[in-house]
Amino acid sequence: MAVDRATVARIAKLARIRVPERDLDALAGELSNILSWIEQLSELDTEGVAPMTSVVAVELPRRADAVTDGGYPDKVIANAPEAVHGFFAVPKVIE
Amino acid sequence: MAPAASELTDLTIAGARAALAKGEMSARELTEAQIAAVEAARPLNAFITETPEKALMMAEASDARRRAGEVRPLEGIPLAIKDLFCTEGVPTTAGSHILDGFTPPYESSVTAKLWESGAVMLGKTNLDEFAMGSSNMTSYFGAVESPWRRPGDDRPLVPGGSSGGSAAAVAARCAPGAIGTDTGGSIRQPAAFCGIVGMKPTYGRCSRWGVVAFASSLDQPGPLTRTVRDAAILLGAMAGHDPKDSTSVDTPVPDYEAALGGDARGLKIGIPREYRLDGTPPEIEALWRQGIEWLKHAGAEIRDISLPHTSYALPAYYIIAPAEASSNLARYDGVRYGLRVPGADLTEMYENTRGQGFGAEVKRRVLIGTYVLSAGYYDAYYNKARRVRSLILRDFTDAFEEVDAILTPTAPSEAFAVGEKMDDPIAMYLNDVFTVPASLAGLPGISVPAGLSASGLPLGLQLIGRAFDEETVLKVAGVLEEAAGFDAKPQFVAGGR
Repeated sequence: MAVDRATVARIAKLARIRVPERDLDALAGELSNILSWIEQLSELDTEGVAPMTSVVAVELPRRADAVTDGGYPDKVIANAPEAVHGFFAVPKVIE
Repeated sequence: MAPAASELTDLTIAGARAALAKGEMSARELTEAQIAAVEAARPLNAFITETPEKALMMAEASDARRRAGEVRPLEGIPLAIKDLFCTEGVPTTAGSHILDGFTPPYESSVTAKLWESGAVMLGKTNLDEFAMGSSNMTSYFGAVESPWRRPGDDRPLVPGGSSGGSAAAVAARCAPGAIGTDTGGSIRQPAAFCGIVGMKPTYGRCSRWGVVAFASSLDQPGPLTRTVRDAAILLGAMAGHDPKDSTSVDTPVPDYEAALGGDARGLKIGIPREYRLDGTPPEIEALWRQGIEWLKHAGAEIRDISLPHTSYALPAYYIIAPAEASSNLARYDGVRYGLRVPGADLTEMYENTRGQGFGAEVKRRVLIGTYVLSAGYYDAYYNKARRVRSLILRDFTDAFEEVDAILTPTAPSEAFAVGEKMDDPIAMYLNDVFTVPASLAGLPGISVPAGLSASGLPLGLQLIGRAFDEETVLKVAGVLEEAAGFDAKPQFVAGGR
């Protein structure tokens, strides 16, 4: 399936990736090639086949719903590009 | 007299273990020789971060433990770590610009196990950005050069990828072993290109906790070494249940080294007819036939088998892996760690950060993933691919009713030159045609160096086994290794030859 400029711009927006206008056509071409190559799956009949969910049938483990970690806010924000008063800081969202 | 440095760096893990036990050298001496080799190999660009001070500290602690009579399984063994594993206090980049300045405040479960086993960290190895690639050319920190060259040809070659730095480091004698991760072939293909052993364990065998995520239903840590025995030793130290990874399986870890030895009598080896592809170089076909003869000679029973959905594995993979990647990589937003590129508002800051922080291949995959998961396409692409994945798993389950392991080539070509195939993503994806099916099925696979191409480059053979039967895979790999007697060395060996 071919995707056009507008579609690429829309997915880039959804993915929150800035794509310069001048790159849209080239990306549309590349993505269309990949998607039309993927398209060969449609020739396969998968009626009644359940989607694979795990490699070996294992029951997902459960643990007690209790706090087992935490208490070190300094470590949590140590890598933040910007932190203020123990919080992650971002540009103003509400005026 | 102390052994020469090049003798030390030529030691395998098993060899170093024995020499350390006999007191022929100290962990510090071995580590110093490996640190010098890492420095000598800088032109290869195999390491993103070298950690010589940490290595010497760990080596001295290891020597002290040995003096006190405490010897752990990897006591004093220097290792290289793919820079996708978070290491406490040591920068972790995933080969990406977007993790600029990120220093993990915690240690991944697999590396923590290695250090608890007495191993020594030499540094963090280069990789394709977020492990997305088969050439190591997508790294923000530049391509890795393979230590191999075609005789009489000066063009630098790729080490394969994504664990290209780990494979190059082991082949060039910077380290006796390294760890990597394999999502669709990222351990096995670079191992084949670099003439070493690389193993992807069963999905769930090694913990993914603290490993930067690419495609969570496929990613699996594993060893890269120069011998099958070393792969068994390293896997034994990496494997095991981890409550922090809910997909890590709680099943006992056998003694993998004990599985080695003997011949292949009583074993049935499957040869899948769908792996004979048009356009595969005749020398790879010939090596595969040679591998069949070796196993037959060692007493194995050879069976032709069919894995009918093989040709659909790669397209299914290129839906599932990008879909999972687009979700996993949503966390890189310039808020909590790594790069931040300012914008007029929050959304623009996200877009600028991700636009500048991700490289071309990562963007391509995130966009593909976003598209196949978007409203109206989820069923047609993502669920379709997951159904195809079930069929691929069923192919293998059926095959393992009649055989114990499957033999195939590892990659459809020898190593290519740095810069090639970059303008055609699909040509690059085809590198993983023989490794992706086992990844989708979650099965263990190993690449064993089996011979040289006509142009003098290493070629590998792959063995695939039943889920959690790494023992049979390693045993048969050992038989192949012995028959192949691969002892070629790359043109570049750190510290000279």
